[in-house]
Amino acid sequence: MSAPVALPRWADLVLLPMVCLLVALLVAAAVVAMVGQNPAVVMQALVKGAFGTARGFSYTLYYATTFIFTGLAVAVAFHGGLFNIGGEGQAVMGGLGTGLAALYLSNSLPIWAMLPVMLVAGVALGMVWAAVPAYLQAYRGSHVVITTIMFNFIASSLLVYLLVNHLRPKGTMAIESSLFADSAKLPSMQQAFAWVGVDWPASPLNVSLILSVLACVAVYLFLWRSRAGYRLRAVGSSPSAAEYAGINSKHQTLIAMSISGALAGLVGMNEIAGVNGKLILEYVGGAGFTGIAVALMGRNHPVGIVFASVLFGALFQGGAEVTFDVPGFSRDMVVMLQGFIVLFSGAMTYVIAPALASALRLLPQGVRHG
Amino acid sequence: MIDSAPTAVQMQGIHKRFGAVNANVNVHLAVRAGTVHGLVGENGAGKSTLMSVLYGFYRADAGSISIFGQVAEINNADDAIALGIGMVHQHFMLVDTLTALENVMLGAEPHWLLTKASAIVRGKLEALMQSTGLHVDLNALVSDLAVGDRQRLEILKALYRGAKVLILDEPTAVLTPQETLQLFEVLRGLRNQGTTIILITHKLKEVMGLCDFVTVMRAGQVVQELPIADATIEGLAESMVGRKVNMGRVDGEPRKTGDVLLKASGLEVRDAMKVLRLTGVDLQLCAGEIVGIAGVSGNGQSELLDVLSGLMCPTQGTLTLGSGQFNASSWIDPQTARNLGLAHVPEDRHARALVMAFGAWESAVLGHEALPDYSIGPWMAHARMKQATANMMERFDVRPRNPVLFSSKFSGGNQQKLVLARELGQAPKVLLVGQPTRGVDIGAIEFIYSQLRAMRDAGCAVLVVSSELDEILALADRVIVMNQGRIAGELAIADCTEAGLGLLMTGGSQ
Repeated sequence: MSAPVALPRWADLVLLPMVCLLVALLVAAAVVAMVGQNPAVVMQALVKGAFGTARGFSYTLYYATTFIFTGLAVAVAFHGGLFNIGGEGQAVMGGLGTGLAALYLSNSLPIWAMLPVMLVAGVALGMVWAAVPAYLQAYRGSHVVITTIMFNFIASSLLVYLLVNHLRPKGTMAIESSLFADSAKLPSMQQAFAWVGVDWPASPLNVSLILSVLACVAVYLFLWRSRAGYRLRAVGSSPSAAEYAGINSKHQTLIAMSISGALAGLVGMNEIAGVNGKLILEYVGGAGFTGIAVALMGRNHPVGIVFASVLFGALFQGGAEVTFDVPGFSRDMVVMLQGFIVLFSGAMTYVIAPALASALRLLPQGVRHG
Repeated sequence: MIDSAPTAVQMQGIHKRFGAVNANVNVHLAVRAGTVHGLVGENGAGKSTLMSVLYGFYRADAGSISIFGQVAEINNADDAIALGIGMVHQHFMLVDTLTALENVMLGAEPHWLLTKASAIVRGKLEALMQSTGLHVDLNALVSDLAVGDRQRLEILKALYRGAKVLILDEPTAVLTPQETLQLFEVLRGLRNQGTTIILITHKLKEVMGLCDFVTVMRAGQVVQELPIADATIEGLAESMVGRKVNMGRVDGEPRKTGDVLLKASGLEVRDAMKVLRLTGVDLQLCAGEIVGIAGVSGNGQSELLDVLSGLMCPTQGTLTLGSGQFNASSWIDPQTARNLGLAHVPEDRHARALVMAFGAWESAVLGHEALPDYSIGPWMAHARMKQATANMMERFDVRPRNPVLFSSKFSGGNQQKLVLARELGQAPKVLLVGQPTRGVDIGAIEFIYSQLRAMRDAGCAVLVVSSELDEILALADRVIVMNQGRIAGELAIADCTEAGLGLLMTGGSQ
């Protein structure tokens, strides 16, 4: 029953996430200190590992690329009033689509035809994997949160089955497909920079980074500039008002989830076409779930998602470096830090926002008295 | 005798600011013990803020409060309760899944053993119900109680906690006319037993009928305080709004109605539980008339509006709207209805008419988003939408005139004006309006009435559904009374009397 919190827009969009991040870092630093490590050293190693070198930064951006895709996927569904927890499975299926297209066609198609086919195949399978739960939600009333979770398991099992029983070359022990032909390899950013005469170190970072930026722009234009996006958001914000307006919410559920699945499916372009060059297990590695945190932190807006993705990418990359550089610092500590960031930028936002609002109210007075 | 009564609540020089807004400016309020004191004013006049200060939700920036002559420091609701102040909110503060008894007990259990606590509370409550005449089934779950019962329970809860001063915030907003009468009986009884009652309302008729004194607030200040014997509805309305208002009928020469624009026959609606909600409804709307649907809420009016606007499919019936013919197996949908020249101002503004999370400029094109005025191919034309919204706001005096403000940030009256601007803006042939002025200030009501009359004069067929009989009588040319999903009667306005309509509404015949 306290007075409503009103933060100015700039504070809401910029200051609040920064403060949340800072609080998360401080709490994490306290835990680091408790286990007998020097937080300053750890922090320095983390930042240096993530941003300090061109190679480290490339890794950060490579991780961020995948998170942008899965984060956008969660955001689009969210704007349609749906909670898509199936980004993981949709990304697996996207990779499978990309990989199957490459396996069967890369020997016969040139690169300019192969890459678009892989893209479409990945997008299509990701889309189908989201559209089925969407259909069940819209026309059968099965909750999309439940069905998308179950579809995650189905997707990963399907991938294992296909790799073990059908795609694995005869006589090999590793559970992975044979290598794609060169026409199915997405150019790395090292190559891309070389075309424009810039020297860039080798890393998994590939041109899907550009694809992810394009996806951000496309999602923005769709949600906030197109009529279809207007209708989607209307259904997401107020199903009853949308019904009054004559918008079919069942169709919108299908549209939102299909686009969401398609975006998650693009992960295959980064991981399969861009990095591995073959189908493997575990190429998504939880990124679908990280996408939920990314979307949450990025306020379901493409710009916010880019920043949140880079942050999480930096944590992945910097965290890996810290485990090398700081003896006795385990990877689990980095996972803990991620946990704190999700906690403070998600749930604890509502605790921090009122405090921040009253702090801001004091500010002009402080200036006056000072 | 009343004049000599001691002062129960004395608020002096109350100031309260929210950012740049002065919600209360040097407010003085004196409520005599054992009276019903009306506190009236438009939305945003500061009456709720004042009561929140009294009940400890807000701290005043300046000013003092005395309760029964003692200076009181009220920092929170607990302090207020301890001082004998009880509040019944417009939106009930009850736990649906607990019984009536458990709700009263909640937070004030007199014993750690629940069975024992229940027995103690039950004994006290039964005595209280006996003496006040407030009867509620104590074993019923709150979710099973009717709205009127819930309100009685809220009052009981306050009295149980020792309230000697009872604040009621818009208590009749959710009640049927009968429930309102019952409530007033109870309140009079309480007053006669010595309870002091502060009634926040904007229904002046109720003030005149129930209160002993009335305080009028406008723009954060008290503009008038007088005994009810000196007050008139017109005078109170004028001091609330700050100018003369005319809420009554405006009768010109007898009008001629034109062609039948909407014809529905044999409408029947059954809900999911197969219960009949609407049955045997035949209805014609002609150009140049306002048809009023009167009735106690929940007698099929909402279903009728939903069916006619395409939001709900009837189980039986046919509809002719302009060039379109529809029957129950292929009913009209909202978009088709709109394309055939039907506009609909829904009863539930918050859930239906606006998307609260959208800016006003996005809500202002809801349902019209495909019009070439607002889009270029598949893209929304933002600049044009904002310009169109600014024009709507100008024409319908929506305040503040800020197209990018969130829809939820406007007051009820301004939201309604925005909806009307949108729906009237496309020159509809048939206009359906549900509860045109629910939660709307008096000043805006007058404006909304004039707009609806202007639509009729321009040849539109207007259907107004309202649970306020005064509204029907002020607007309609022809009145249809609904009772239990049927049309109980139809009268020309000249034949309408409040008593006659009331009888039809409650299932009697004239």
